[in-house]
Amino acid sequence: MSDPSAPVPVVRIRGLRKSFGANRVLDAIDLDVARGEVVVVIGPSGSGKTTLLRCINLLEPYDDGSVQVDGVEVGFRAGADGTRRRRGERELTGIRADIGMVFQLFNLFPHLTARENVMLGLRKVRGLPEAEARGRADQWLTRVGLSDKLDSYPSQLSGGQQQRVGIARAVAMDPKVLLLDEITSALDPELVGEVLTVVQELARDGMTMVVVTHEMTFARDVGSRIVFMDGGRIQVEGTPRDVLAATTHERLRAFLARIELRHHETR
Amino acid sequence: MDLALRSLPFLWGGLLVTLHVSLLVVTFSLAAGVLLGVGIAYGPRWLYWPIRFYSDFFRGVPLLVLIFFVYYGLPAARINLTSFAAAVLALSAFKTAHVIEIVRGAIQSIPRGQTDAGKAIGLTFRQRFQYVVAPQAVRRFLPPWINAVVDTVKGSALVSLVGIVDLMLAIQQVIGRTYVPMPMYVLGALMYFAINYSLSLTSRRLEARFAYIRE
Amino acid sequence: MTYHFNYTYVWRHFDRLTWGLVLSLELAFVSILIGMVIGLGLAVVHTGGGRLTRGAVAAYVEFVRNVPLLLLVYLVFYGVPSVGGFAYDATTSFVATLSIYAGAYMVEVFRAGLDAVPRGLIDAGKAIGLTPWQRLLHVRLPTMLRVVLPSLSNAYISLFKDTSLASVIAVPELTYGAQWIKTNSFRVIEVWAVVTPMYLATGYALLFALRRVERRFATH
Repeated sequence: MSDPSAPVPVVRIRGLRKSFGANRVLDAIDLDVARGEVVVVIGPSGSGKTTLLRCINLLEPYDDGSVQVDGVEVGFRAGADGTRRRRGERELTGIRADIGMVFQLFNLFPHLTARENVMLGLRKVRGLPEAEARGRADQWLTRVGLSDKLDSYPSQLSGGQQQRVGIARAVAMDPKVLLLDEITSALDPELVGEVLTVVQELARDGMTMVVVTHEMTFARDVGSRIVFMDGGRIQVEGTPRDVLAATTHERLRAFLARIELRHHETR
Repeated sequence: MDLALRSLPFLWGGLLVTLHVSLLVVTFSLAAGVLLGVGIAYGPRWLYWPIRFYSDFFRGVPLLVLIFFVYYGLPAARINLTSFAAAVLALSAFKTAHVIEIVRGAIQSIPRGQTDAGKAIGLTFRQRFQYVVAPQAVRRFLPPWINAVVDTVKGSALVSLVGIVDLMLAIQQVIGRTYVPMPMYVLGALMYFAINYSLSLTSRRLEARFAYIRE
Repeated sequence: MTYHFNYTYVWRHFDRLTWGLVLSLELAFVSILIGMVIGLGLAVVHTGGGRLTRGAVAAYVEFVRNVPLLLLVYLVFYGVPSVGGFAYDATTSFVATLSIYAGAYMVEVFRAGLDAVPRGLIDAGKAIGLTPWQRLLHVRLPTMLRVVLPSLSNAYISLFKDTSLASVIAVPELTYGAQWIKTNSFRVIEVWAVVTPMYLATGYALLFALRRVERRFATH
């Protein structure tokens, strides 16, 4: 699988384990994400997909294993005596700044305009001066099609518009990898398209992404690799064609059938 | 009716005392309440229970009982305060408990996703508090707090029972001299109403204005 | 501090406190019942009425909620008889005052409750042919009652604490009992050390009991 002469993967996960109390949510996950890849994670609810994502930028601490982003272990620091110690909040800010995340419920800051939402990270984390931050924010908001909504507040925007602001906010930080957590699940069907179009463009421009989604068409069209998770483990991994069209895996087929059924019913 | 008008200056003096008491209580309870409210929301475990106890205690006892206890009890414990100071102390202690709850509610009602988003773009704890939590908490805090101010003004009427000549006692004293209770009560009611109703309206306007925060 | 605690007087007259507590609970109970009748009636009138009725109800609510309870107590007890109104004993007068006070809060509680009845239920009622009156009786009121239960329990506990004001017109409830013992024995700290926990404990007991009742009638 790994070519010794290949560059370091942007995300490198080995033996990732995470439990909530007695509940083993992630069970020995191994995953690599190369630069420019779009890895799509699918699976039933409770399979650990969102937790996996949240472990990458340590919104969720992990119990065991290794998560490296661009060669840096996210959750732990090497101790002097060879053991490893959990990273404190202060250390995490630098690491998190290089990882972008877009949330299912948008999580836009309601007291800030769209422009201010995007500028916050640029000013306070990247330390950019006001004018430059503003310029970049406007640039990205225009890229996602919101040039006329720069001074609007989230409450004045539709779900699709809010999510596009969320994407701009994450991408403006120039992250090494973008994490997308079911970003269209909370949207009305007619608004899903505008968001996925933006993501597709980002992928085309070479953004490395890990995407958790239920949108199978998107997975098929944009994903470079599909990962099927169930019960905290990666069950199937492969190209969109292999995983979505031609799999022989029992549970995956059942899962896909259920999704297809739902899609047909809502048409 | 001209009786009412002639007693107006005297009532005015009482009103000033009412406002003075209310202002002091509001200030103390705001300072202490915000401090303790933030403490209970963000502080270490060992801070939680004492503050919680304080809040439950002072909200579970009637204000009148508290005022009497402080007013009569402090001298017995050899602490000598003026009646004014004792009354303000009792009222402030009482109100602080309510402010603690309002602050706590304001902070904890902010959805968890907000701090997640703040973390995701790399903000430190301090930055998250300053740029994400505090702006939203303040907007959630103000309307219920203004209602608490109204309650304070109403509660201040109880200081008349320990001899402080506020608006309430001024009314009683005028009635004591003139033996015509009703007009005085109505007049006094209108004066309290004027203050509190304008505060209530402000609270409601702010709540409407800040509705965008509560998506 | 050389204060010598002496609880003898307090225990000797403890019955004033216990019966006072019972009276406080009763005063609050009667007041909330009457208050609910007033509140429900006005809430229904308000939702269905024209601008004048809505204005009148709003005026009542705003007046009562922005004026100190103490002033209302005096107004009803001393003021009303003096304008040729009815003269009642202190207890009746206080219950009347507290009921009017409770009523104003109940109007808001019931208005919010009526609004909270899901449209779907009302539409369902219309769909099976119920008249507006039937819809009110069989659909909206029962649903609303379950929704407002928590507010009602909180209101009762609040009113229970407000009964302490009855002591100023010599109604023999708990605070008055405490005052009496204090005046006659000068044992200030002892009496308040007993009465304060009585209020606290009763408040907590009410809270637990009422939460249990709420859960029995939970909507979801």
